[in-house]
Amino acid sequence: MADGRRWFENTKTFTARARPMDSAVAPDLWTLCDKCGTPIFNETLAQNSQVCPSCGHHFPVSGAVRLRMLCDEGSLVFHDADLVSVDALSFVDSKPYGRRVAASRSQVGTNDAFVSASGVIEGIPVEVGSFEFRFMGGSMGSVVGEMITRVFERARARSVPAVVVSASGGARMQEGVLSLMQMAKTCAAVARLKDDAHMPYISVLSHPTTGGVAASFSMLGDVIVAEPGALIGFAGPRVIKETIGQDLPVGFQTSEYLLEHGMIDRVVKRTELRALLAQLLGQLTNAAPRGAGA
Amino acid sequence: MDLVLDFERPIAELRHQIDALRDVHAGGHEVDIQASITHLEGELAELQTRIFSRLTPWQRTQLARHTGRPFTLDYIEGLCTEWTELHGDRGGFDDHAIVCGLARFRGQSVVVIGNQKGRKTRENLVRNFGMARPEGYRKALRVMKLANDFGLPILTFVDTPGAYPGVEAEANGQAEAIARNIMEMARLNVPVVTVIAGEGGSGGALAIAVANRVLMLENGVYSVISPEGCAAILWRDRAEAPRAAEALGITARDCLKLGVIDELIEEPIGGAHRHRAATIQRVGDAIASHLNALKDLSPEQIRADREQRFRKLGRFMEGA
Ligand SMILES: [Zn+2]
Repeated sequence: MADGRRWFENTKTFTARARPMDSAVAPDLWTLCDKCGTPIFNETLAQNSQVCPSCGHHFPVSGAVRLRMLCDEGSLVFHDADLVSVDALSFVDSKPYGRRVAASRSQVGTNDAFVSASGVIEGIPVEVGSFEFRFMGGSMGSVVGEMITRVFERARARSVPAVVVSASGGARMQEGVLSLMQMAKTCAAVARLKDDAHMPYISVLSHPTTGGVAASFSMLGDVIVAEPGALIGFAGPRVIKETIGQDLPVGFQTSEYLLEHGMIDRVVKRTELRALLAQLLGQLTNAAPRGAGA
Repeated sequence: MDLVLDFERPIAELRHQIDALRDVHAGGHEVDIQASITHLEGELAELQTRIFSRLTPWQRTQLARHTGRPFTLDYIEGLCTEWTELHGDRGGFDDHAIVCGLARFRGQSVVVIGNQKGRKTRENLVRNFGMARPEGYRKALRVMKLANDFGLPILTFVDTPGAYPGVEAEANGQAEAIARNIMEMARLNVPVVTVIAGEGGSGGALAIAVANRVLMLENGVYSVISPEGCAAILWRDRAEAPRAAEALGITARDCLKLGVIDELIEEPIGGAHRHRAATIQRVGDAIASHLNALKDLSPEQIRADREQRFRKLGRFMEGA
């Protein structure tokens, strides 16, 4: 499940690759769609929420960009960005865990695989968080677990809804059983938000949401929505294939498959996500619709 | 049960030698054979202590998976009276990889839930090697809620390689079932005591292990991923599992150090698989003392106690 490194390497195939399309045009102005191969102006891609205008492919987005897409301009106040992981197990695979984290920190610019903030979505105050998938495949260790727990705790203390966007390969192997414990920590905090503050939590699943992240808070949203075509599941497709010794059904473990099997409420395009969240939050908290007057 | 692990072989050979001498002795031959037997028995005890005091994490993993170890139903049989198994998730399925029921533990009415492995092939097919489907977790949750409704303490026994990775299991919401159990266990207002008895395989184990007190047998393992799975990903070779077992910190001693368990229950020298009755009694005594320590807490205190236990778990620095 805690497939930190493999997920990370896989991301390269999903990452927008800038390629020169024309010798007269600066290469960093264009991106080729990974799915349909169409060249897209980077500016167009940004305006379209990092979704390919011709085929609808959803490019990965960083945690901070994600929160800016969802929240009102200037509303974000970031939290807990100073939390840094500790190598409790002195874990070494091809390199020591500490060096792996340091490399991700300098490459990605965050201290770990999560970004969280207080924000406002179309006038509704919320506590929000998003995974940073580029950071060790968005794997959840102690720092990510703590940051997510605090999102729910802040929401409970302020009596506001919580929104968390997942993109993670699962629990982080390099922190061993402590990563497993983050599943319990985060889920207990979700329960308290519901029980004490009676505030909703909306879970947004993006590509990919698997392992210990799928099997904890991300599947506990009062409403669960997913971006199109995301891989969502507990066990990885490779593990399942090895176990059953058969090919997997077409479209297995995609957002659409989960919708069909009753596991999520809606599949929503990223370009429509913010409006949907605003509508849902307004409905769940019975807040007056925007523009309806006081 | 008679499966002898590699590192146990010297012990088995010595025991064999002693047995052979005993046979000769019983035949009424040499006088000083009894002295030899006594001497060898001393050596055997020493050898066992030596081998079992320095087991590697991989050797403990092998012990945790040994079919001679007590399984959930063995604990129930050894520790409880009036065992009344309850079946089904009320959604169309009864998963035999998890057993649930009512029982009396030292006089106290309790709910018992545990992963159940099989010893023989046919039994293992019925039990799916202790790998539960979502329906199994939902059955467990239903019975936990029953305990909550009637104020009964819950005992859980964890012994699973993990949740079942199958197509139907995914389609029926394996991730959701595990997540739901974890959250609902955090909410319970009755005491929960968990014993990691054998394999504590990742989320599939945690789904019945969000307890006020988590106890673990000395040769159990509790891990975020199996050593084989970890080795396949990080070293691209399942044969590196012993190395992964070392790196992952999966032993009871590691878990105690990290605060993941509250008590390590020592196994008799030679392991739980060679001393089932004694192991079961030790586990029973440990459960009883922890249940007793929780008995005066109010329902809200019980929940808060469990929440605080898990809230603390994790290692990080702040202000960097
Ligand atoms: Zn495209």
